[in-house]
Amino acid sequence: MTSVTAIRMAEPVEVADIIVKAVDISKRYGDGTQALSDVTIEFRRGELTTLLGPSGCGKTTLLKIIAGLLPASGGEVRVDNRTVYGPGPERAFVFQDFALMPWASVLRNVAFGLELRGTPKAEREDIARRYIKSVGLAGAEHKFPSELSGGMRQRAGLARALTVNADVLLMDEPFSAIDEQMRRKLQEDLLELLREEQKSVIFVTHSIEEAVYLSDQVVLLTRNPGRVVKSIRPGFDRGAGPEAVRRDQRYLDAVDDIWSQLKQYLS
Amino acid sequence: MSAETLSHDPSASSEPGMGLKDRVGDLPPIVWKLLSFALFFGLWELAGRIPISLAFPPFGDVVVALFGLISSGELIAAYGRTLPPLLIGLSITSVFGVGFGVAMGLSRTSEWALFPPMIILQTAPMAAIIPLITYAYGIGLTAKVIAVVILSLPMVTLNSYNGIRYTSDSLLEMTRSFMGTRRQQVVKIMLPHASGMIFAGLRLGISGGFIGIVLAELLITPTGIGDIISYYRSVARYAEMFAAIFSIIALATLVLTGLQVVERRIFKALGQGSLR
Ligand SMILES: Nc1ncnc2c1ncn2[C@@H]1O[C@H](COP(=O)(O)OP(=O)(O)O)[C@@H](O)[C@H]1O
Ligand SMILES: [Mg+2]
Repeated sequence: MTSVTAIRMAEPVEVADIIVKAVDISKRYGDGTQALSDVTIEFRRGELTTLLGPSGCGKTTLLKIIAGLLPASGGEVRVDNRTVYGPGPERAFVFQDFALMPWASVLRNVAFGLELRGTPKAEREDIARRYIKSVGLAGAEHKFPSELSGGMRQRAGLARALTVNADVLLMDEPFSAIDEQMRRKLQEDLLELLREEQKSVIFVTHSIEEAVYLSDQVVLLTRNPGRVVKSIRPGFDRGAGPEAVRRDQRYLDAVDDIWSQLKQYLS
Repeated sequence: MSAETLSHDPSASSEPGMGLKDRVGDLPPIVWKLLSFALFFGLWELAGRIPISLAFPPFGDVVVALFGLISSGELIAAYGRTLPPLLIGLSITSVFGVGFGVAMGLSRTSEWALFPPMIILQTAPMAAIIPLITYAYGIGLTAKVIAVVILSLPMVTLNSYNGIRYTSDSLLEMTRSFMGTRRQQVVKIMLPHASGMIFAGLRLGISGGFIGIVLAELLITPTGIGDIISYYRSVARYAEMFAAIFSIIALATLVLTGLQVVERRIFKALGQGSLR
């Protein structure tokens, strides 16, 4: 661990750079489970932040609270410095289980967010076609989810989230139901897509490699109750391409550092 | 269950190197149905000729008797009596069965109010209830309509209810995350999701309605098709009796097939995968 300096702690940033802020969030479920306890995290505009931690540490709970799908027991979520109380047009969710309608074509599924908003059919299908193409699904417009592989289904889920033109993408373990080779491809494609689309992403995963590979910021969570342990900014250069990144010393150090942090909390 | 029953994996039947079984499986379904009918009626003909019972005529005799009943106008007159209560009953069931079921799936109050009577109706033995119906409603049209409704409503209601109730939570959450309204959840997610179950319920309900009308006509007062069946049995003309029974089964089959056509149209309209 010689290049620890490369792993900087999160530093205070100007308010304008913060797109989402979770403030003192706690969540107690009806059955008494304390899923989250005083979680405060700042998510910077234009960055990809991952929430990383062992299963059961409250990642999904936190993401759904940020999405406005679940009420917090305490604390608040601010988007663009305004407290939000439910789902909003500036946030779009990508689901772990894809959440595609099995009876609808890819085109209708991808356009569904706009359909719910009342966008006219021709217009929303135009937009949907564009994003179907940009996630690499061109030609599958009239297929049904049952005819797609897991990777393709999640591409559709991602396209649907992109069509509504939200600033913030909330992704709950989007690639965890997808086999390893395809997952890497999806990770690379996601990064490429994010270079073109100006999005802020909150990405949940339990894979350390995935977190470090994708993130500008990695927030470590631990369980019982779920809370933030540490926030890390890997800070390596992605310009060199995926293979080089995975061999980059700073990438490897970040993975090691996170692992040694998390190890303490696993019993 | 939704994804499995509603959609069909098209890759399954197009595997290369398939055996004989798979190739036979590629015959159009109508050929299969005809083959199975031919086999059934062939066996019937054989059994009638052995004969396994004096009261069991060969299929050929039944067909002859059927034409006799049609040309004498007897059968048509009988259906003139049988069909009105059946149609009224099934219409009531379609509207209220689906309506009640959807309401039960959407609201706790209607679930609480409707679930017990539906279960009671479903489990109640028809033969025991019919005297009660005649006691309350006489032996006219009303009593028969009620018999049809009792035997068809619970299945339609309970199926629709289950279809709505077991809508995938994640699809509902998805709708919410894209700021869909409750109404959109119901119309765009719950109803399409439940449509397979609703149609399954309607199929069961129609079969139940046919059973109801025949039972009513046999048990309340011999009228319509029930009258033909009991009359020819009493005079031991079994070919005519079977012809009447055969005609009502054929009618039920036709109606169910018609429903399937409607169902397929609706699935297609939903943008559903092809169901064969
Ligand atoms: N609906 C719920 N009711 C009660 N407890 C829940 C519910 N959802 C999650 N939990 C509990 O809250 C904790 C965090 O769950 P979750 O947010 O799903 O974690 P993660 O996504 O990190 O695996 C777990 O202990 C889980 O059992
Ligand atoms: Mg989770």
